[in-house]
Amino acid sequence: MTNAPVGSAPPPRATLPPPALEAIDVTRVYGQDGVRVDALRGVTLAVPEGDYVAIVGPSGSGKSTLMHLLGGLDRPSSGTLRIGGRDVAALRPDELAKVRNRTVGFVFQSFHLLTRTTALDNVALPLVYRGVRGGERRRRAASTLDRVGLGHRLGHRPSQLSGGEQQRVAIARALVSEPRVVLADEPTGNLDSATGAEVLALLEQLNADGVALVIVTHDASIAARARRQIHVRDGLIAETTGVSADAGWAPEPAGPADDEAAQREEQP
Amino acid sequence: MRFAEAFRVALGALRANTLRSGLTMLGVVIGVAAVVILVAIGTGTKVKVEQQVQGLGSNLLLVVPGELNFGAAPSSSRLQLSDVEDVGRMVGDRSRVAASVTSGEIVRAGTRNQFVTVQGVTENTVSVFSRRVARGGYLSRSDVDTRRRVAVLGSSTAARLFGERDPIGRQVTIAGVRFRVTGVLTRQGSALGVDQDLDAHIPITTAQRLLGTQRVDAIAVKAPDAERIGELGTRIERDLERRYPDQEFSAVTQEQILGVLGDILGLLTLVLAAIAGISLLVGGVGVSNIMLVSVRERTREIGLRKAVGARQRDIGLQFLLEAVLLTTIGGCVGIALGILTSLLVDQLSPLPSIVTWWSAVLAFGVSVAVGVFFGVVPARRAGRLDPVVALRTE
Repeated sequence: MTNAPVGSAPPPRATLPPPALEAIDVTRVYGQDGVRVDALRGVTLAVPEGDYVAIVGPSGSGKSTLMHLLGGLDRPSSGTLRIGGRDVAALRPDELAKVRNRTVGFVFQSFHLLTRTTALDNVALPLVYRGVRGGERRRRAASTLDRVGLGHRLGHRPSQLSGGEQQRVAIARALVSEPRVVLADEPTGNLDSATGAEVLALLEQLNADGVALVIVTHDASIAARARRQIHVRDGLIAETTGVSADAGWAPEPAGPADDEAAQREEQP
Repeated sequence: MRFAEAFRVALGALRANTLRSGLTMLGVVIGVAAVVILVAIGTGTKVKVEQQVQGLGSNLLLVVPGELNFGAAPSSSRLQLSDVEDVGRMVGDRSRVAASVTSGEIVRAGTRNQFVTVQGVTENTVSVFSRRVARGGYLSRSDVDTRRRVAVLGSSTAARLFGERDPIGRQVTIAGVRFRVTGVLTRQGSALGVDQDLDAHIPITTAQRLLGTQRVDAIAVKAPDAERIGELGTRIERDLERRYPDQEFSAVTQEQILGVLGDILGLLTLVLAAIAGISLLVGGVGVSNIMLVSVRERTREIGLRKAVGARQRDIGLQFLLEAVLLTTIGGCVGIALGILTSLLVDQLSPLPSIVTWWSAVLAFGVSVAVGVFFGVVPARRAGRLDPVVALRTE
């Protein structure tokens, strides 16, 4: 997935790199106990590198299903889904796990930290499954925790951290594998408004540094901060507001893009 | 995920639930300890019995009516003292041929009673069976020839009837008839839980009169030539069968007795090990059960691990290792407990017990295998969990 060309300067439009995420007429049907549920009924969207998108919709609209699909946790029933340029349908389960490991980072509403494990080891978890050695793993986890402002909390367990700090640990865990996209499912849903604002600011800072950010939310004020809002209703995209994906993928300023490229080249 | 990492996670999971892990292990501990202990007792019994049979000497031939069969009741004998003399002539040395007639009788000394094995024997019994007299003397040729009422007691008989007192020269009553004690035999110990020293030897002629019989139950021959003992046995068998055409006789060597005893005791040990193995199996079912609970409890954790890139086999390995670790630690504790108990049994109880290395290795191997076998199902279930469903679980 790192073979996608990442230029130091914005390339001309004709040779744009493939979007980080791309869904073409994607459906997802659940069939349980003879009851057929059409969670998604044909969704087409693209999330270019460095984009900032909010997926908005009431509960039951299919936005969570969409996020699971975009993150490679699930597979579409029909349609084409590409994560980091790779068609999910062609991937074996182990390859899909690898895509989740390297291309996307998840941030959940309820943090999903391992309770008996220190902040450092929680953040290092994706690197464990990548096969990075212990010392290197801890070094990278520590520097990522530092990046989210928790350099002084490495040895703390989740129970010893505030909600905002726990979500920062979770964000560090999503970032440690240097993904192209961070998918955040109601990342501020379990936090008070002040802490929520801080967490959101952190995510936006990371987006400014070059990571594409997809936030799933039902909070219109949060959604409004994204570059684009994709409104999902009854398993379909009802409308897209903001700058459209096709016309409006505004390349990041050269500086952060350079950083991102440099980071990626660092990878083993 | 590398193996060491999975190992670390599995160990952490066991530690997080110490009591539950301990109780689950207990099933395996008991199973493994039971295997080690029961095999040790079986082996100990076998070795001890074999030692006793070997103590008879390699050139001993036992002649009994019927087939050699420890399971069945002994056939009633039609052998007589004349046959003993005949065998003596065949061997060429009367002193090498001992005869016996056996009966259980109550022996009394003063106010004490004891039921003992009374053996009517010939005077050469001590030399043929390589037994020793601890005090006094053994029966003499003239005791046998003149049907004297003298008795030589086994060490347990002497202790039960006379306690600390010296029985030599004192009187005992056997089946209502008075005998004078002339000697006490050395201790032999017990075999298969039977005290071998709870006996009394009296002249065979006296015994026949006492029991109102002419019969001889068994003839023992100390063969002059150990190399040709089988040939001698066959000759004796043929000679006796010619005289009693409707009866079979067996002249068995110590080797044959060892073989039969070894088979019986080996089977016994196997049965004991199998019974213990069942408890190990039950322990394994317990491990499987707890692992399924553990998978359910940690569904969210599994979902998260998958979300950050764990493959099916990473998750499976983690849970399989947890199960194997449970049974392996349980197995090690069980082996230690089993060895300790076996040594205590050997020291503190009449049962002999010998710990064999193969039972410990076998028990360890089986407990690892039990962990794999009973860990596979929960591990596969964990590995196959749908991450979406797993993450949503509360």
